[in-house]
Amino acid sequence: MITRLAIANRGEIARRIIRTATSMGIETVAMYSDTDAGSPHVRDSDLAVRLTGRGASETYLNVDAVVDAALRSQADALHPGYGFLSENAELARAAIAAGLTWVGPTPKVIAAMGDKLAAKSAMAAAGVPTLPTWTADDPAVEFPVLVKAAAGGGGKGMRVVKTRSELPGALEAAAREAVSAFGDPTVFLERLVTRARHVEVQVLADSHGNFVHLFERECSLQRRHQKIVEECPSSALDDELRRTMGDAALRGARAVGYLGAGTVEFVLEDDGRFWFLEVNTRIQVEHPVTEAVTGVDLVREQLLVAAGEPLSIRQEDLSIRGHAIEARLYAEDPANDFLPCTGALAEFSVPSRPALRWESGVEQGSTVGIDFDPMLAKVISHAPTRTEAARSLALGLARARLRGVATNRDFLVAALRSTAFLRGDTTTDFVDTAGVPRLRDATEEEVAVAAAAAALAARHARRSTAGVLRNVPGGWRNSVMPPERASYRYRGTDLEVYYNFGRDGSATFVVDDLTLALSDIDVSTSSPGLEVRVSVGRTGERRLHVLEAATKVWVQGAEGDVELDVVERFAVAGSQNPDGALASPMPGRVVRVSVAAGDVVDTGTELVVIEAMKMEHKLTAATPGRVGEVLVSAGDQVAAGQLLVVVEDAHRADPAESEGGR
Amino acid sequence: MPGLPLQSSVDTLGEDFAGRRDAMLEKLFELGRLAESAAAGGGAKATERLRSRGKMPIRERISYLIDRDSPFLEISPLAGYMTDYAVGGGMVLGIGVVEGTECVIIGNDPTDLGGAMTAVSIRKLMRALEIARLNRLPYIQLVESAGGDLRGLSDGDDPEAVMRRNLTHFAESGRMFHDITELSALGVPTVSIVFGSSTAGGAYQPGLSDYNIFVEGHAKVFLGGPPLVRMATGEISADEELGGAAMHASLSGLADYLAVDEMDAIRAARAVISHLHWRKAGPGPLIDDPDPPLFDPDELLGLMPADLRQPVEVRDVIARVVDGSRFEEFKASYGSTLVTGWAEIGGFAVGILANNGVLFSESAQKAAQFIQLANQCSTPLVFLQHITGYMVGRDYERGGIVKHGSQMINALSNSTVPHITVILGASYGAGNYGMGGRAFDTRFVFLWPTAKIAIMGPKQMAGVMSIVRREQAARRNFELDEDSERARSEAVEAFAEAQSLGLYATGRVADDGIIDPRDTRTVLTIALSACHSAEVKGAPGYGVFRL
Repeated sequence: MITRLAIANRGEIARRIIRTATSMGIETVAMYSDTDAGSPHVRDSDLAVRLTGRGASETYLNVDAVVDAALRSQADALHPGYGFLSENAELARAAIAAGLTWVGPTPKVIAAMGDKLAAKSAMAAAGVPTLPTWTADDPAVEFPVLVKAAAGGGGKGMRVVKTRSELPGALEAAAREAVSAFGDPTVFLERLVTRARHVEVQVLADSHGNFVHLFERECSLQRRHQKIVEECPSSALDDELRRTMGDAALRGARAVGYLGAGTVEFVLEDDGRFWFLEVNTRIQVEHPVTEAVTGVDLVREQLLVAAGEPLSIRQEDLSIRGHAIEARLYAEDPANDFLPCTGALAEFSVPSRPALRWESGVEQGSTVGIDFDPMLAKVISHAPTRTEAARSLALGLARARLRGVATNRDFLVAALRSTAFLRGDTTTDFVDTAGVPRLRDATEEEVAVAAAAAALAARHARRSTAGVLRNVPGGWRNSVMPPERASYRYRGTDLEVYYNFGRDGSATFVVDDLTLALSDIDVSTSSPGLEVRVSVGRTGERRLHVLEAATKVWVQGAEGDVELDVVERFAVAGSQNPDGALASPMPGRVVRVSVAAGDVVDTGTELVVIEAMKMEHKLTAATPGRVGEVLVSAGDQVAAGQLLVVVEDAHRADPAESEGGR
Repeated sequence: MPGLPLQSSVDTLGEDFAGRRDAMLEKLFELGRLAESAAAGGGAKATERLRSRGKMPIRERISYLIDRDSPFLEISPLAGYMTDYAVGGGMVLGIGVVEGTECVIIGNDPTDLGGAMTAVSIRKLMRALEIARLNRLPYIQLVESAGGDLRGLSDGDDPEAVMRRNLTHFAESGRMFHDITELSALGVPTVSIVFGSSTAGGAYQPGLSDYNIFVEGHAKVFLGGPPLVRMATGEISADEELGGAAMHASLSGLADYLAVDEMDAIRAARAVISHLHWRKAGPGPLIDDPDPPLFDPDELLGLMPADLRQPVEVRDVIARVVDGSRFEEFKASYGSTLVTGWAEIGGFAVGILANNGVLFSESAQKAAQFIQLANQCSTPLVFLQHITGYMVGRDYERGGIVKHGSQMINALSNSTVPHITVILGASYGAGNYGMGGRAFDTRFVFLWPTAKIAIMGPKQMAGVMSIVRREQAARRNFELDEDSERARSEAVEAFAEAQSLGLYATGRVADDGIIDPRDTRTVLTIALSACHSAEVKGAPGYGVFRL
């Protein structure tokens, strides 16, 4: 029996595990690094233990620290969550050796499945279809090919290589990433399957010999080899294929002596052939879609199995009810290749309707840093049909107020509403081929109304805190004076807002070329931020939520959120980046500086490699030229927007040369 | 909370009301037109030329200087009307909020005669300094002036006639230099932002200010320009080295802040005001969110008759100006041609004296007593004028109208609480004085478009002069030609009428401007708030005399 469960994880999954454990009457122990001291998962638990050290490697990835924390808190069981050490056999071994109940399969199974090459042969032996594998020097390699880390997962250390000449560089980078992420540089090559779907099967096994599968999850929507939308059932499976794949998964699970919750991942080709990819020996991020359609609490089953009890369900009890879709909200910039973004969440509020399952490890005021995965939340809809599930998920996402850090929200909404998605046309190349806009383009009118609402909110805030003449109408004039002016910037374009108020409280706003007649203006507080109700011309009442924080203002109307930069009236003297300057697109660490001052570079020449979020990002020259200044060196920690290298125009007269020519 | 809400019996659906309202709107339209022309300054071309040199028109400078979304009360916006100068007088003066601090702001309009100082703009400048002094308001001047208006004669002028008519003299000028230093000594900070030329006498404007901000490349401050220097000493010099901003910031020390451009200068001025951490000396409003009047201020448009001899129920005005229309009337049944009582305007406590007919002895005595009471409780006074004068006639002279009128003027003159006057309609004779006229250190005097100000009504004036002429004729046994006498009378009346118009007064800076009646409460609130920047304290002395 488990009485006190320690959770070697953070964020939404820690909260998720705490919730089920608590409802089972089990006390919980949270672990936290210093940066997580104020995090929601720490508050949710009964006890919390600090993991000293910096970054993930010294804390959540430190086997000794995690086991020690569990023991110090007198926990009798350890749940690893997902990510971090969840598939680390060392931890499982250490936990068991320390007398803790380990929530997961045996260390041996974890180790076997963790070696992707070994796992493949084990599955092949059990009769599960597998893809051909090559070593790096195998002349039979077919290009394009996929480079994978043997210890991999989550897309880390994974590379698509199109030609043999790119192979050495890709291998080197993948190995480096693999070491950084998993501590093991082994990589291998696998046939690249294109236009395929990612379909995985959830399995559960107990120590009494019971094995069940809880159907599939389709996780084809991916970017940077990481899933962003998952669903059950898959639109590509009929009952027969579902049974076939379920049976294959169970066959594999039985063959390796699986225990607990696990996922057998397959790639499904459009002709119905499917191939084994890997077994995830942990609870998956996307497990809630299975829970939604089957009604089974997977964490509860994990805890039951760990405690030596039988599963609470039998295969014949299970069926799929309705359709569930999960979307992962990330702090990232879809327009900039989905690179992670950091920042403080000025607002994180989710709508009560449509009723969705929101799982998040952040809250308003949380800081999204570079230490951990930038997933803000996952959101799960469950509806009678796939279309309803997709649309309600999109609506709920659109209504959420996520301010302070760039997110993939608008992209997710557009993807869920896209014809391709609604048609079930989901393959792993969806993000690149479906033509879903990376960013939402607000109409000129929407931006104008947003700017006007921002100005109205700012005016309200100023007037209601004015030290003198607070009750005199704002901006009142008894002579002809220039209109009031507010300046914003929308995606780099300046927006000048000029406005006048009439005696009756109506107002005329001119935003660039658009004139808006505003009436019935009402601004009220809606903590955080302000709610602006206003009639615009004859188009009826709009309700807009406005939040201003630091130099940004967000205006959310029915169409979505518009983010504006506040342009200060009085400029602070600042330096402009010179032409040809390369700034870091994201916060991270400089892995390598590939050029030196004076080097001549061509378009595409690698300048600097930045590592962030355990991924390497190659920054290349945008134009040909000569490297003027190199401002960083390997090992430096850099902030987003920090200047790295300046490439000067090669044609610019070189004083030394002209002197020489005299 | 003073008093109960007033009732109002105005028939807003009647023909009288509609007619009066239309007439008022017509006057407002004309005023609006004049305001547009004042705002246009020296015209579109001059403004374009200004902008092309990286400069902003004066109204834009001011609108960036004041806090965003804050109100701005322009003072004497139509100064110069019916003079030889442009409407507006080449200067913009007002009360604005800078970094949460109400300030007097005055600036040259460089598009109008290059911002030269004229008879009109000097009156505005002197008024600006007076407002700052009386109300203890920090003073900001936006300087860009070609200097004194040296044009003496216009084409066709008879020099002797011009000299005869002109009773002012150079030796009297320069008081502004005295007043600006006096302000500083009184603890009222003075700030100059120099946007352009400020030379010769004008150099003393920044010279005498507490804080100077010069715009680099634009500010030019010297006693004598290159031509004068060459004439005086033979030295050949250029503008920048004689008086450029950079020189003054680094060598002479005349500039305290060197601004890179106009916006930077405005930013610097705001920073200066911010660091003052200005504390107003008055108690301020009683509450921040006062009730609006119960009656629509829009109805103020339909109250004033075309013929100012017709009575107006002044409580109908009060009911549309004071908070919640609440008014605690004092001595309602005594001297009823003057309404006195307590109210709040924009949250500020006030005593109100409002004409409801001719001033009799009782009404004058009531006024004197009420003014003393206001001083006792240090409450500002608001005068609402619609007065044809003190009552004349045998019985009234015997009853001591001169004595009682004098009591009222004495109480007024020696009252030390702020006085603010709004002239709604007639403002004739000593009535203008006794009811907080301009000459009595009244903090602010505003006019409704219907205001007429004169020694007496134009008809009375024409009639009186006609009677005098007839008496002279009779003494000299001289037969008057009735036709020419009538024509003469009409001419006198027409001239008196024209001179009595509010616009004529406002053109001469004899008031602080004509306001839209609907803005009365707002204007009074801003004015009262400005008054509260200084201490609000009644006169010490005897106890209140029951008069």
